[in-house]
Amino acid sequence: MDEKKPSAVSFRGVSRHYGEVRAADSLSFDIAEGEFFSMLGPSGSGKTTCLRLIAGFEQPTSGEVLIRGLSMAGVPPYERDVNTVFQDYALFPHMSVAENVAYGLMIRKIPKAERAARTEAMLAMVALSGMGQRKPSQLSGGQRQRVALARALVNQPGVLLLDEPLGALDLKLREQMQVELKAIQRQVGITFIYVTHDQGEALSMSDRIAVFNKGRIEQIGRPDEIYEHPATAFVAGFVGVSNILSGAEAAAVAGAPAAFSIRPEKILLAAPGAPVPGDSCFADGTIASVLYLGASTRFGVALAKGGELIVIEQNREETAVSASARQGQPVRLIWQRAHIQEMRT
Amino acid sequence: MSALAADVPARGLLRRFSNFLYRRPRLTLALLLLPPMLWLGVVYLGSLAALLAQSMFSVDDFSGLTVYQPTLKTYGELFQPASLDIILRTVVMAASVTLGCAVIGFPLAYYMARFAGLRAKAVFYLAVMLPLWSNYLVRVYSWKLILAKEGVITWLFGLVGLDSLLDWILALPVVGGPSLSASYVGMWVVFMYIWLPYMILPVEAALERVPRSLIEASADLGAHPRQTFRNVILPLAVPGIAAGSIFTFSLTLGDYIIPNLIGNSRPFIGMVVYSYQGTAGNIPGAAAFTLVPILVMALYLAAAKRLGAFDAL
Repeated sequence: MDEKKPSAVSFRGVSRHYGEVRAADSLSFDIAEGEFFSMLGPSGSGKTTCLRLIAGFEQPTSGEVLIRGLSMAGVPPYERDVNTVFQDYALFPHMSVAENVAYGLMIRKIPKAERAARTEAMLAMVALSGMGQRKPSQLSGGQRQRVALARALVNQPGVLLLDEPLGALDLKLREQMQVELKAIQRQVGITFIYVTHDQGEALSMSDRIAVFNKGRIEQIGRPDEIYEHPATAFVAGFVGVSNILSGAEAAAVAGAPAAFSIRPEKILLAAPGAPVPGDSCFADGTIASVLYLGASTRFGVALAKGGELIVIEQNREETAVSASARQGQPVRLIWQRAHIQEMRT
Repeated sequence: MSALAADVPARGLLRRFSNFLYRRPRLTLALLLLPPMLWLGVVYLGSLAALLAQSMFSVDDFSGLTVYQPTLKTYGELFQPASLDIILRTVVMAASVTLGCAVIGFPLAYYMARFAGLRAKAVFYLAVMLPLWSNYLVRVYSWKLILAKEGVITWLFGLVGLDSLLDWILALPVVGGPSLSASYVGMWVVFMYIWLPYMILPVEAALERVPRSLIEASADLGAHPRQTFRNVILPLAVPGIAAGSIFTFSLTLGDYIIPNLIGNSRPFIGMVVYSYQGTAGNIPGAAAFTLVPILVMALYLAAAKRLGAFDAL
């Protein structure tokens, strides 16, 4: 990273306590300028608290939040160079769509003509041209989401905060908006900080992901690092499906490590006694459960040495009938040693 | 399955009746709505129609008896200067009371809706409602004593050395008088006291419905608290203020007890109606005067709607 250019956002030992609850527990991390940074975690993990600390709705109990190198201690939300897309969109119900989008510009006393032009351009960018005169109540959920995005982006903030913005949308729309959000972020080049509990969203859009748990960050890294090399059992379990083995089971299956994880799609389901390549390990067992998932099938394999591994296979030829017929079948599981991810627990 | 179906008739008449209703939601709705519709339709609208009919008759000047022949003569009397005076006086009082209630009530409602914890809110609700538990007449008479020349207000002003301020208020033309209890200022104070809960409660309800995220969004977009108040909170509270003002305005328009007990005994609409239908025996005149507040309220609501008071509903 360029040393002269300060990070978009920095946390320096930031804690936010509510009585006994440590919503954020001495966090330190940096978010680079122009980055799409996701804060991923279950509800109550502290990710939204971090967002609110950046926006200025909360002040840290201790530590310091910096935006573009400036300390934000005691700086109210209306004096920060950030804008937020709220989870419930928080559109002003008594204003039209155009008035909502123009609100920040109106507050900053931008001349009327420029205000109208920028509002129109922004509505065009989120594909809502001609909707300016409608009231938010006349829009669909996806359209409201776009208005909220336009209302924040029109101010050209240094950092855009998004608090589970796609949470209320249905699956198809959510996938479409993921693609659009990423495209918009590339187009405007603004730092996006994206809070979500949906690992798929985080993996598909982010440059980097911070995985939150109980007010602390378990791991920060690129999506592939998080997915392929989860640092902790929590990350392995929260991001995607994982086989997590520890103690005696781990020793029986893989020999040395005290705890490890392996992704179900990395495991090959082979016939008993099948040859094992030199860089791979294997375990024998029987198929104990079968879940037909349409595109894939999820097999639960009870291992002869104890423990169970989940295997997910693409249904190239498998059908629901043939898959369920495999219940009780003896199998050999084979996987490359490189895919075993050792973990700290 | 069939065992369950066969089971049903055995459960008695009440169960069968409720099953019957369950299958006919429209009938259920009709049954539920029948009593209030009867009440509104027959008792309320009926009496309103009777009132309208009464106002079309007139009183024979000579005999003092009601002449049951349709005429607009009674309405004509409303446009005499003396009557217009009464109407104007009442409307101005109602408007000032409404304004006063809004100004005093809003901060309290705002605090209750946005800052008070559950406990504090309960206490405030209780405090706001408490006056409504005691008798209206008793409260007005107490105020008569409080505002009297020898009353506690005069004494308090004297105690803190503000008697000159009180004298100045009482010396004001029109609204002043020999004492607070015999002045429009005093009447205004009592009206505000009596109707204030009816303003606070709807305003509080309206403010409570404003999500916190809207206020945060406004701040997030650069608005100072003052700008957020003007652009977001106040517009969203307006329907509540309008609802409250309907109460304070119409209740003041129709009241006849407070103008009777407090003030300089210049007549208000309510007093005129009271005396017309009582001692004067002028039922048509009373009916015609009663229609004035209804008309004023209709105009008031139309104006409020035009100004967009209900847009945020």
